Amino acid sequence: MAERGPKLVCNSVWKLFGGGAEKLLRDSGGAPSAEAVAGAGLIGAVRDVSFEVREGEIFVIMGLSGSGKSTLVRCMSRLIEPTAGEIIFDGQDLLKASAPEMVEIRRHKMGMVFQHFALLPHLTVLGNVAFPLEVQGIDRSTREARALEIIELVGLEGRESYYPRELSGGQQQRVGIARSLAVEPELWFLDEPFSALDPLIRREMQDEFLRLQNVLHKTIVFITHDFDEAIRLADRIAIMKDGGIDQIGTPEDLVVRPATDYVAEFTKEVSRAKVLSVASVMTPLRKTTPSGGYGGEVPVSAKIGEVASLMSDNAKPFSVIGSDGKPIGQVTKDAVIDVLIQG
Amino acid sequence: MAETSITPQVDGHGSAPPTAQSWLTGHPKRVVWMAVIAAFGLFWWFGKPWAAWAFKYPSAWKWTINEQITAAMEWLMNDATFGLFTFRELTRAISAVIEVPYDIVLSLLSTGFLQGQGSQAVQIVPPLSWIAVLVTVVAVGRYVRDWKLGALLGLCFLYLVVFGQWESAMVTLSSIAIAVPLGIVAALLIGLLGYRWTWFERAITPVLDLMQTTPVFAYLVPVLVMFGFNAVSAMIATMIYATPPMVRVTILALRQVPAETVDLGTMVGCTRRQMTWKVMIPSAMPTLMVGVNQVIMLSLNMVIIASMIGAGGLGFDVLASLRSLDIGGGIESGVAIVVLAIALDRLSQAMAERTHGNRVKPAGDENLVRKHPYTVFCVAVALVTGALGFTWGEIQNYPEAWTITSGAMWSDLVRYINVNFFDELEAFKTVLLLNVLIPFKRFLLSLPWFGVVLLLGVAGYTLGRWKLAVLCIVLSLFIATVGKWDKAMITIYLCGISVLAACAIGIPIGILSAQRERLWRVVQAVIDTLQTLPSFVYLMPVIMLFRVGDFSAIIAVIVYALAPAIRYTAHGIRQVDPQLVEAGIVSGCTPFQLLTKVKLKLAFPEIMLGLNQTIMLALSMLVITSLVGTRDLGQEALIALTRARTGDGIVAGLCVAFIAIIADRLIRAGADRMRSRLGLH
Repeated sequence: MAERGPKLVCNSVWKLFGGGAEKLLRDSGGAPSAEAVAGAGLIGAVRDVSFEVREGEIFVIMGLSGSGKSTLVRCMSRLIEPTAGEIIFDGQDLLKASAPEMVEIRRHKMGMVFQHFALLPHLTVLGNVAFPLEVQGIDRSTREARALEIIELVGLEGRESYYPRELSGGQQQRVGIARSLAVEPELWFLDEPFSALDPLIRREMQDEFLRLQNVLHKTIVFITHDFDEAIRLADRIAIMKDGGIDQIGTPEDLVVRPATDYVAEFTKEVSRAKVLSVASVMTPLRKTTPSGGYGGEVPVSAKIGEVASLMSDNAKPFSVIGSDGKPIGQVTKDAVIDVLIQG
Repeated sequence: MAETSITPQVDGHGSAPPTAQSWLTGHPKRVVWMAVIAAFGLFWWFGKPWAAWAFKYPSAWKWTINEQITAAMEWLMNDATFGLFTFRELTRAISAVIEVPYDIVLSLLSTGFLQGQGSQAVQIVPPLSWIAVLVTVVAVGRYVRDWKLGALLGLCFLYLVVFGQWESAMVTLSSIAIAVPLGIVAALLIGLLGYRWTWFERAITPVLDLMQTTPVFAYLVPVLVMFGFNAVSAMIATMIYATPPMVRVTILALRQVPAETVDLGTMVGCTRRQMTWKVMIPSAMPTLMVGVNQVIMLSLNMVIIASMIGAGGLGFDVLASLRSLDIGGGIESGVAIVVLAIALDRLSQAMAERTHGNRVKPAGDENLVRKHPYTVFCVAVALVTGALGFTWGEIQNYPEAWTITSGAMWSDLVRYINVNFFDELEAFKTVLLLNVLIPFKRFLLSLPWFGVVLLLGVAGYTLGRWKLAVLCIVLSLFIATVGKWDKAMITIYLCGISVLAACAIGIPIGILSAQRERLWRVVQAVIDTLQTLPSFVYLMPVIMLFRVGDFSAIIAVIVYALAPAIRYTAHGIRQVDPQLVEAGIVSGCTPFQLLTKVKLKLAFPEIMLGLNQTIMLALSMLVITSLVGTRDLGQEALIALTRARTGDGIVAGLCVAFIAIIADRLIRAGADRMRSRLGLH
């Protein structure tokens, strides 16, 4: 994977609810303790959060209810005004943007998917998907043509004239996704998009989401309370607790090296085989090919769970192929079995 | 009065608060209450010789605000000026603006388009023929929902034609057609402002409270003085009466729009205007339509009263019949209003359900007939029947010879009942009057105003601390100082008896029907219909049977106020958590124990709110019954109206409003405390 530049950077973002929040921040030099915040009768929804989202990555913010993740994503789009900090999008500090500038940025560069879909009940699927374009004043035939394209992309063709109430939850969220993509946003926010869906549908929608991202390569901020979902979708994950971030890292980082007990609590139950890649158990390439030869080839980025069945019928070690297509190491059956046994 | 009568009387007045209290917080409060009641009783019994002022409010202390208001109004109409124009010119301008659309609709439906003035006028275009109107309403019904609705609307309008109510009905319909949209737009805009600015909502809430509790007669007077005796005044009064609930509904509906939907609007970059008209209002539409329905129903409720300040049409017919005791004619016009009400109610409800639309029509079809089939068809029918009407008059105007009248039948029925059952009815009435009504009235009138004010203060303090205590004391003091205490007591007597009776009938019905699904559906249909009827309609059968007087008034009020007592009781019982009912059954409750120990206890706060609604409806009806000869505050307002004395009308109206507000706040505070005790909500 090539190194990509930051698309969105959050620097020491604070959001305190309650009167006198600015004063408290000023008086404490910009970093009041949790006790000081509570003592002032304020609620620290977001506390000193800093991270960057790289172009084209799926950045998942994971936290339980009340951890401040929804407030944080709303701060990033300025749906909620942060109390302090910087939010730099393409080099521009959003918190310094004027209201008309924000309208322009939201109209052309941001899209958002909501937990409860937020479909407008009086508009059809077509009308809902075309709504962001309608707001921009784009003429009807152009915007409907564009909307039809996206409706097809999310697999809802044939349902353009349905009303939201006539659709299932999964279909409604497809409309929500299509609508957020109508303006071809550079930055795509998804606020717990699949939490309101049944487990089976949720899984299907996650696959669908990954398929879309393979085509679209958006920069994504994805909010969830479901750690498994985070692991499944994320390039990198930020774990939030009580308004602050406990750890940021790839799923593998979190599982192998949890920074706090809180993070470890989540990763404890995660099946390692699903998270760890072949790279983590690979041994360097030997000079000589083993006596029996290799049993086969596996890509370095493959998850251990994916290759386990392949290797189970074969006692020979497997050759590990790097992203450039050349062998870079080998992996033995024992190493794989060790991971599987750890659970 | 003998010693024995003290106990029941004191109980009659004061037993509700103490028992409610003891049920609430146990014994100690009950003791306090007993002491307060005892002190009040002693003062009432022995206080008169040394504190006569506390019993009859001294006329020297009277605050003559009514005269000041009347004088201010006269000044406003005769001398007030804004420099460029006078106040009178302003009111004239307002009525001229409203008159333009009204004239157009009236011409279309009733008079035809005229050229020239008065009796010289020549009709250049006739109004829509009855056939055209009939076809149009059927088409509207079909368009909005289905043929069934179309047929219902058609039948309703057919009734108007066949029973000879057409002309009056069209006049009424014209004023509704103007007053309702204007009222809706006004309410929507005020509601939007209230939603946007919390301070504005806080400012208008007490105004809305007052508008909804002040009896209509009170503001008919200033409207009459400002805008004169004509249809426009009537429409303005209708709007004042019908819009406050819609304002509240608008604010509520906008608040209910999910936060995510608002976020969506911001995220797609809506401007403020787009946010309001493309996101907020469409999302709030289902709830808003409930408000629209209310505006329509309240406007129809106002039809008869509005005819007192110049609305013609059905309302005027009813009022005229009522005044000349032409029962048959009155009933026929009254039923016509009901029919109109049912038609408009069903239509607006169907529109509410439809707001989320049919399939969108394929764009690009430019054929007018295919695009708007109903409109084209109706216009065609109107043109054809209009043209044929010049040759065959019966196509234009339904011939009088074809009309049926049921007036004689109603008159005969009443005569029959009065001839055959006069003695029984009279005996019933007299027994109740002598044994219940008059003693209760005397008792209330004998109470010291000063003591009652203090008692209300104590009640306010125990239920809602100082804020409520001060409110109760100030509002009741107002009634005393403007010299309306006795009239207010008569109002309370009429209202109290009616409410007690309505609860005595309504609560058992509610309890019975709550537990039987099929019965509940029947009862619900009946009370829904009862609530669609304009309040005036209740007066007619009552006068026929019992003639004018307090007794007739009470019967009408009871019937009118019955619906909320039933509805809230049934609703309260039905919403009791089924798990608690199951817990009761598992604990071995008999059905009776289950009802009294579980269901009723949990439904009690809801029943209290029903009581509250019953009182509000009773008070609003009571004012109207002053037309049949009660001697309370309503009559004061009515007299003020006939003499066009603004101040008297407003003061009497405010007194009624204050009674309503005191009762409302006390009951609400009580119900809220109970709820939090029961851990509901």
